[in-house]
Amino acid sequence: MRVNRFSGAITAAMLTLSIAGPAAAQELKIGLAAEPSALDPHYHNLTPNIQIATQVFERLADQDKNQAPQPMLAESWKATDDKTWVFNLRKGVKFSDGTDFTAQDVIYSFCRVPKVENSPSSFVVSTRPVDTMTAPDPYTIVITTAAPFPLMPQTVFSVAIMSAKQAGAPVDLKYSKDGCQGVAQWPRTDDFNKLKYAGTGPYKYTQYTPGDRIVMERNDTYWGKKPVWQKVILRPITQAAARVAALLSGDVDFIENPPIQDLPRIEANPTFAIAKGLSNRIIYLHFNYLADSPPGVTGTEGKNPFRDKRVREAISLSIDRDAIVSRIMGGVAVPAAEFLPNPLAGTNPGIKPAKPDLDKAKKLLAEAGYPNGFGLTVGTPNDRYINDAQVAQAAAQMMSRAGLKLQVDAMTSTTFFDKRTKREFGLWLAGWSADTGEMSNSLRALAGTPDPKTGFGTTNPGGYSNKEMDALLTKALTTVDDKQRNSLLAEASRMVMDDYGVIPLHFEVTVWAFKKGLTYEAQVNQYTRPDAIGRQ
Amino acid sequence: MLAFVLRRLGQSAFVIVAMAALVFLSVYAIGNPIDILLAPDADQQERAAAIARLGLDRPLWQQFLTFLVNLAQGDLGKSFVFGSDAVSLILARLPATLELALVALVLAIVAGIPLGILAGLRSDGWIGRGVMTGSIVGFSLPNFWLGIMMILLFAVELKWLPAGGRGATGTFLGLQFSLLDPAGWPNLLMPALTLAIYKVSLVIRLAYAGTREAMLQDYVRFARAKGLSPARIIGVHVLKNILIPIVTVLGLELGSMIAFAVVTETVFAWPGVGKLLIDSIARLDRPVIVAYLIIVVGMFTLINLAVDILYSILDPRVRLADGGH
Repeated sequence: MRVNRFSGAITAAMLTLSIAGPAAAQELKIGLAAEPSALDPHYHNLTPNIQIATQVFERLADQDKNQAPQPMLAESWKATDDKTWVFNLRKGVKFSDGTDFTAQDVIYSFCRVPKVENSPSSFVVSTRPVDTMTAPDPYTIVITTAAPFPLMPQTVFSVAIMSAKQAGAPVDLKYSKDGCQGVAQWPRTDDFNKLKYAGTGPYKYTQYTPGDRIVMERNDTYWGKKPVWQKVILRPITQAAARVAALLSGDVDFIENPPIQDLPRIEANPTFAIAKGLSNRIIYLHFNYLADSPPGVTGTEGKNPFRDKRVREAISLSIDRDAIVSRIMGGVAVPAAEFLPNPLAGTNPGIKPAKPDLDKAKKLLAEAGYPNGFGLTVGTPNDRYINDAQVAQAAAQMMSRAGLKLQVDAMTSTTFFDKRTKREFGLWLAGWSADTGEMSNSLRALAGTPDPKTGFGTTNPGGYSNKEMDALLTKALTTVDDKQRNSLLAEASRMVMDDYGVIPLHFEVTVWAFKKGLTYEAQVNQYTRPDAIGRQ
Repeated sequence: MLAFVLRRLGQSAFVIVAMAALVFLSVYAIGNPIDILLAPDADQQERAAAIARLGLDRPLWQQFLTFLVNLAQGDLGKSFVFGSDAVSLILARLPATLELALVALVLAIVAGIPLGILAGLRSDGWIGRGVMTGSIVGFSLPNFWLGIMMILLFAVELKWLPAGGRGATGTFLGLQFSLLDPAGWPNLLMPALTLAIYKVSLVIRLAYAGTREAMLQDYVRFARAKGLSPARIIGVHVLKNILIPIVTVLGLELGSMIAFAVVTETVFAWPGVGKLLIDSIARLDRPVIVAYLIIVVGMFTLINLAVDILYSILDPRVRLADGGH
């Protein structure tokens, strides 16, 4: 009896092994640095949620690895006039529950966005420009906007498409700005977390245990190229050392954001490989222009030194960006000359990062009336960007070589952002990544004159204001022709840089580490997308 | 006994309100969660809407008053991040932590008490010295470092155990427990050991000191004179007498293992409540932090109560009368 049971167990174990063998090759385990807050693709407008949701819930247009719009559920689109966009939808697409994809689903999904309960960060910013949305036939969507809105293809990437039929929507759904009429009950976030709703993407969710794992499996009804992996298991491992250990021990096959100091160790190991890619995240220094005597500034007899362009130029000239990149960032960054790196839309191809020039910096400070410098404090988060506090330290030391008396005030990001909004810094270090992958996004947020009416200056609490630039940006934002708009944006960007309105330091380089034999197409938006993970 | 229990519960209600006020105010003082929650490119309109939705636009006293009114009705609020009920979020993560603490507790008892007694009986021999030196090491190793070292050794180098995460689970009363599925045990082992090592050392020291003291007592001498076997003397008489301090300490330690296994759970990516707490603190998810600590205070009260009741069973001289002799 005992012998029988034992041999039975062995047979069972061998059976599992022989099944697990080929299946394991189809299975991919990923260690994530941050966990999505829900599986509802309309719930939280933040990278950890979006990067995963793209695999299940598709959008009209995708972003390629350089964030350029690509056909997804829409095969093509064009602006028929300044305020009208026509999207031609892909035919023969099915949701993973078997329902057909039509224009109704697009209308329904756009309508749901403002209806999500308790959304911590809504996608409404992306649906707000849509004034009317109609479907002349089941495979065409016509969007009109109140004002010319050239960024429609970039913007529709933010709205995930779900099945209207599965959600029980009425067949004659009509779009209106605050959600469609005649829908009694909108899908609840909780039901998404219970895997109730289907998407059209390459994968479908099959298990969700918050804090532990998200499992998705290949969607057999997917219209596109069959994904490489049969099953993808996503595990949040927020602690960086534990994430690296999980990779090295074989618990997971692929991790995002390995810490810089562990890269040499991973690269030296012949069984692992890494992929690096320039990101759209700029690390910059920003000034408080609004305060008459900015917090942390001393020895200026109550004046705000940052209103003097010569002071700002001196600060920029004192910083050795190459040294920061090589010594603090371990080479995993690229010195920056403006808000976005070069292949992206609206950048200046010829622009070069400033080289340090201490003599000139000292001269400029003397001309500005500060021959002996002045005291200032740099505020910085210490847990938000790669080596953020160390970068601020290094920049501060470099500035002190130009004669300024620097202090660094580093703090956790929740405190930092709160203080920044309340303008409790004179000078601070922060980061920005442009979700649309083009210059207008960065210029609007960081350099536009703050104004709720225009939506400019949302992350410009220091109040940098350049009316000429504002006008140029406004013009660009209503120019539908891509080439023309991008050259206007490049000009506006140049204007801010020549004025030293914001001081760019470097672009982060995003790193992914994985088992040898895998490949990853680095994404400039820093996303970890299972569909971009391949096999050699 | 009933009066004793009621008075204890009344005391803890007061502690809960005082603690809730403290936590509420200090989380408010740390900063504002809105910049962590919002998409960076949300416009001013969306920002204002989000702040209003979370009630963060109202003055602090109003926010606190609303919180107190809801608390009185048993509603601890909704998570800023997940949008769902804070208490149910915590309860959903609790089984993972409970089983971790339970395994660690069992390890502490099973390994700690025999080793401690042994060391107490042979305090001059190499066994006693060895055990006591080992317990000092176990005491002084930081949890975080120990966890990482175990991962490096057993997962990265030897590849015997998984580096982290929760493995397979079995279902009991609709809840998921790794203990019920042997396939989940390897995942449980390292975090439970990390959590247990300090407790084992603690129990060893308590058992050691207790044994040394008890062996010199008159009742042990009498028992010897009566001709009882050493096994019976130690296993019944000595053990019962040294258990009282051990039960007290383990009760409190069990509470702290459940409530604050934060470091261990983070290092091993164990999806328990400690992990939830640390993530919530990082995101200033105030309703979850406050609800969590309220539950913890409640739990400590109950554990203390249980410990007091256990005393009276272990030592009949103890009466549950709140020092009313």
